[in-house]
Amino acid sequence: MTGTADVTALAANAHGFLSPAGVEILFLLVGIVTLGAAVVTVTTKQLVHAALWLVAALGGLAVEYLLLTAEFIAWVQVLIYVGSVVVLLLFGLMLTKAPIGRSPDADSGNRWAALAVAVAAAAALVWVVVDAFRATWIDLDGAVQGSTKVSGESLFRYWVLPFEALSVLLLAALVGAIVLSRRDIDGGTKKQPGTTGKAGKADKGGKH
Amino acid sequence: MSDILDVAVRLAAVFVAFLVLPLVLGQTEHKVMAHMQGRLGPMYAGGFHGWAQLMADAVKFAQKEDIVPAGADRRIFQLAPAVALLPYLLVLVVIPIGPGNAVGEFIDAGIFFVLAVLGIGVLGSLMAGWASANKFSLLGGLRTAAQLMAYELPMLLAAASVAMAAGTLSLPGILEAFHWWWVPWQIVGGLVFFTAGLAELQRPPFDMPVADSEIIFGAYTEYTGLRFALFLLAEFAGIVVLCALTTVLFLGGWHGPFGADGLGPVWTLLKTALLAFVVIWLRVSYPRLREDQLQKLAWTVLIPLALAQIALTGVVKVVIQ
Repeated sequence: MTGTADVTALAANAHGFLSPAGVEILFLLVGIVTLGAAVVTVTTKQLVHAALWLVAALGGLAVEYLLLTAEFIAWVQVLIYVGSVVVLLLFGLMLTKAPIGRSPDADSGNRWAALAVAVAAAAALVWVVVDAFRATWIDLDGAVQGSTKVSGESLFRYWVLPFEALSVLLLAALVGAIVLSRRDIDGGTKKQPGTTGKAGKADKGGKH
Repeated sequence: MSDILDVAVRLAAVFVAFLVLPLVLGQTEHKVMAHMQGRLGPMYAGGFHGWAQLMADAVKFAQKEDIVPAGADRRIFQLAPAVALLPYLLVLVVIPIGPGNAVGEFIDAGIFFVLAVLGIGVLGSLMAGWASANKFSLLGGLRTAAQLMAYELPMLLAAASVAMAAGTLSLPGILEAFHWWWVPWQIVGGLVFFTAGLAELQRPPFDMPVADSEIIFGAYTEYTGLRFALFLLAEFAGIVVLCALTTVLFLGGWHGPFGADGLGPVWTLLKTALLAFVVIWLRVSYPRLREDQLQKLAWTVLIPLALAQIALTGVVKVVIQ
């Protein structure tokens, strides 16, 4: 990313493209497993299984980060996505009484459009990443490049503006969620009994 | 070669600790609870004060029939106990028990690793709750998930406070930086962390997900035999992990009033045992909270306290530099 051109050129000369070292083979294998889990996630007809396959896909991604020596990012990936996002997903699924076994109506007429969007997004991402990092190699014997210290320094030194912009965006989303879930905010307390579906959440921001 | 041997010995030691400590804790719980309630507890198995009671229990569990309910989702039902138990084994690997490199495996972002892996254990309860095809199990799973949203944030914030104080995320690094006055400095964060940890482990007073008098045994209602024993083992392993983590993060781990070098592991174990005793004590003496009371406690008490602790940590950190 910040490597100078001559260093990357040197590195590219020293390695062939996809030279089969042990780590690279492992990277590819884990990548295939991750891709497989992701495909099953969107094609399975059992809702909760889809969420659990998502765990496998996200965990596979964390392993890929580890293989790229980005240790900190890997653990954050597990903490946020596997530990919180998937638990929220499962929570939502359980609230809707996700049945055991196949859900015949778990299908969408938009599947081809979704596939097209997914392929386009994947193609764009792969193109950008390959274009940017094709000649970048990680020196496994040198200083660790993905440690907390390195990640923190590059985040708060070079990328501090996007970081802060993202935090403002998230804050806006948070405030929006509170406003949406509070029913007593416009015109006093018009709480209707029977519409307390989100009461648990609303109380959090509302009453105390 | 010696590297491989070194790693093997370390992993073997962690595995032995993983097998022994939860059993010791389980036996202690039997006896401590009994004496607090004016009973004797197990007295016969093994002879001396019933020391072999848990082994007898294990034999009993192993003999029981392993039942999978007809309506259950077989594979997920059978997988759930492993998902609940294994994270605790992984966490034990990175907890340092003594000075130097007396740790299973050094990890740079140790705190993140620990909290991330502990979060996976909750998936085991959710899988069990859903796959059992039982309304009590489903309620237990729902409560588990709701509980997670309450405790995860204060736990992270409290751990972040220690990381700020030490200037590192690695657990051995935090202990290297430790001074005795960190204990009063970080005490609020420590209490928040321990309380949130109790909620994660679903121990009383936060045992609504398993509340046996309301929803039988929550997500574990349909389990029998060894798989049920694995869930129980996960609970005790979780207590060991939580107490060891609180010791390392907030009580100075292997630091002690004297004998810092040789007695390091002794101090760690002693502090961990003391905290484990408190966990058992709380079980005997506190009634169960309701799920919404936990939410209220977390969002109106624990999170503000944790944020105040972070502010205090920041101020003190700037002042002493």
